Amino acid sequence: MSLAINHLLGLQNVSKNDIQLILDTAVTFREVLDRPIKKVPTLKGTTVVNLFYENSTRTRLSFELAEKRLSADTLNFSTSTSSTKKGETFKDTVRNIEAMKIDMIIVRHKSAGVPLYLTKISNASIINAGDGQHEHPTQALLDMYSIREKLGKLKGLKICIVGDIRHSRVALSNIYGLKTMGAEVSVCAPPTMIPKNLETFGVKVYTDIHKATRENDVLNVLRIQLERNAGSSIPSLREYHNYFGITSEVIEKNNKDILILHPGPINRGVEMSSEVADGPYQIILDQVTNGVAIRMAVLYLLGTKN
Amino acid sequence: MKIILKEITLLHPGQKINEQKDLLIENGIIKKIGNISQNDFSSSEVFDFSGKYCVPGLFDMHVHLREPGREDAETVLTGSNAAAAGGFTAVACMPNTNPAIDSAEVANFIKHRAEKHLVDVYPIGAVSKERKGESLAPIAELVDAGAVGFSDDGVAVKTSALVRSALEYLKMYNLPLMEHCEDESLAGGAMNEGTISTELGLPALATVAEDLTVARDILIAEYVGGKIHIQHISSKKSVELVREAKTRGVNITAEVTPHHFTLTDEELRTYDTNYKMNPPLRTQEDVDAIIEGLKDGTIDCIASDHAPHAIEDKEAEFIDAPNGILGLETQLGLAISELVKKKHLTLEQLIEKLSINPRKILNLQVPLFKEGEKANLTIIDTELIWTVDKNKFKSKSRNTPFDKRLLTGKAVAVINNGKMLIDDEYRNL
Repeated sequence: MSLAINHLLGLQNVSKNDIQLILDTAVTFREVLDRPIKKVPTLKGTTVVNLFYENSTRTRLSFELAEKRLSADTLNFSTSTSSTKKGETFKDTVRNIEAMKIDMIIVRHKSAGVPLYLTKISNASIINAGDGQHEHPTQALLDMYSIREKLGKLKGLKICIVGDIRHSRVALSNIYGLKTMGAEVSVCAPPTMIPKNLETFGVKVYTDIHKATRENDVLNVLRIQLERNAGSSIPSLREYHNYFGITSEVIEKNNKDILILHPGPINRGVEMSSEVADGPYQIILDQVTNGVAIRMAVLYLLGTKN
Repeated sequence: MKIILKEITLLHPGQKINEQKDLLIENGIIKKIGNISQNDFSSSEVFDFSGKYCVPGLFDMHVHLREPGREDAETVLTGSNAAAAGGFTAVACMPNTNPAIDSAEVANFIKHRAEKHLVDVYPIGAVSKERKGESLAPIAELVDAGAVGFSDDGVAVKTSALVRSALEYLKMYNLPLMEHCEDESLAGGAMNEGTISTELGLPALATVAEDLTVARDILIAEYVGGKIHIQHISSKKSVELVREAKTRGVNITAEVTPHHFTLTDEELRTYDTNYKMNPPLRTQEDVDAIIEGLKDGTIDCIASDHAPHAIEDKEAEFIDAPNGILGLETQLGLAISELVKKKHLTLEQLIEKLSINPRKILNLQVPLFKEGEKANLTIIDTELIWTVDKNKFKSKSRNTPFDKRLLTGKAVAVINNGKMLIDDEYRNL
């Protein structure tokens, strides 16, 4: 079995078979992570570049660890400068790195479309680690993996993404991936956080967190970016917490079978109370562990393809 | 020097001329229309233009020549060469240069750089000093230096109060305030807001940002009785607002770019920065409304918003790439292909929008087909099928989404200021 895709740019056009294969492959790697020696020689001799044009701690660590667990050689390039500040252009940077004979590029960038652009200027296999407000496919895959691990399936489940959908790269990947796998996807947020015409993606929109909690099996709770939202899309973080925050009260009043996910990092007391973040309904740290397995699966499947 | 344009179809919507004639031009002056003697024929260079149209020189009222400031992207000379190659004998250049065209000195400098060229270059003055929207630029001085209209293009005039002042002050000259319509507080996206922007995850710019400024300017122009011109109109609602204002008798005109009647935001799926412009490409519904506006006269002109950018600037990541595309060398072909060949406009209507109306709006004389007049004309082959090749552009830049596109209709020659451009060569007449 091998993937139909050559790059992982997003989940929009990834088939059910490919997603299934990635999730199933990740199960094997997840087992590796519980062994005393957590390293396999699968990608020995493969060079992977982590090209991070935007601050990221956990995604970069997770990819780096996945690469090391597979015995790949890794290079890290992190910068927060962009080509608007004069200096080397993005294209020149990529061509220089490419000239060092590398095989795969993991890219994170504040501009949507950069991973696709990379496929045009590079021969490496490209994995999107988050582009602008567009996609973050490995996050969605690890979310799906974690839900499947906990609830045994994806098909037919009702999953609601809560929070700033408009500025999220996680939401769109989850919507595409989950729908492909046969889940019902909805979102819950104030209308200021919902992007234009989202309904046309086949997504139900809630503005009542109680109702969303009642009617769904899973809540995937997104981080509220403090600097971006307060004062513009929401009056205050306090008001957001009081009306959209996930608290024990919201869960216990509406749905004690709910499963809570969060891609991290958590703003405790904003999108989620500490009680919930540390409580029995959430699988937040499982997601982190599974993330390494998912990234190992993606790296392995793409890295051994050619 | 004497030349004869033989069996050419003279088409002048202003003079209501549409007939095949021979045209004798001597030293850049129209000497004789029809009934040319055998003597003249034997002493002139004769161009057989049967089946081709001769129209009053095309006028692009919205170009960016980048000089002074970004001579690496375009200069007055290369921009003029691009204009002539595209069939234009005159352009009006926007003031967002560096420094801006907010003083007589800068306007004079541009006029000086344009001297002796076939193409006439008319500066558009900035409405406000440094285009900052704080206080009026020296409008009277700029008019004396040759400015034919005023705009803060790139941004809308910042405040309603300044729009009012500019409209009132410009009444002295019957010149238009030309507005880039975009509400400042809603501005800033990288593409049109809609289903596609949600899909692509790009920061989006809503049509309402344009519509609001159009509405603001209509109301102020109506109140003070000024002359307002809407630049690069792109939304359905704005077309409706202009149409309604015209019915009420507001002194308002509008222009549209070829890309806004040809392309939609679906193109953005490639994340190709050559589809990034402001206003952004809209939806098919907007394109349909624009074509309707062109047909019923709501939209008076077609103008390219020719916006050259250096390769390294345009090749940036999408959200960082500058807005705008080249237009001068593809505009006529796109207009004929998309509007005339698809029977939305007659050729006469197109020439009104590409030659007559821009001059009327800017208070300039429309070139006449009359013996004794200066020859200022464009010769068009409406049937010529050609492929756009950006590497053959006369512009210094290459940022076009239309490379390799097959177009019907092209200017085969232009004549103005005693010069003729034909077969890629400038000749003195």
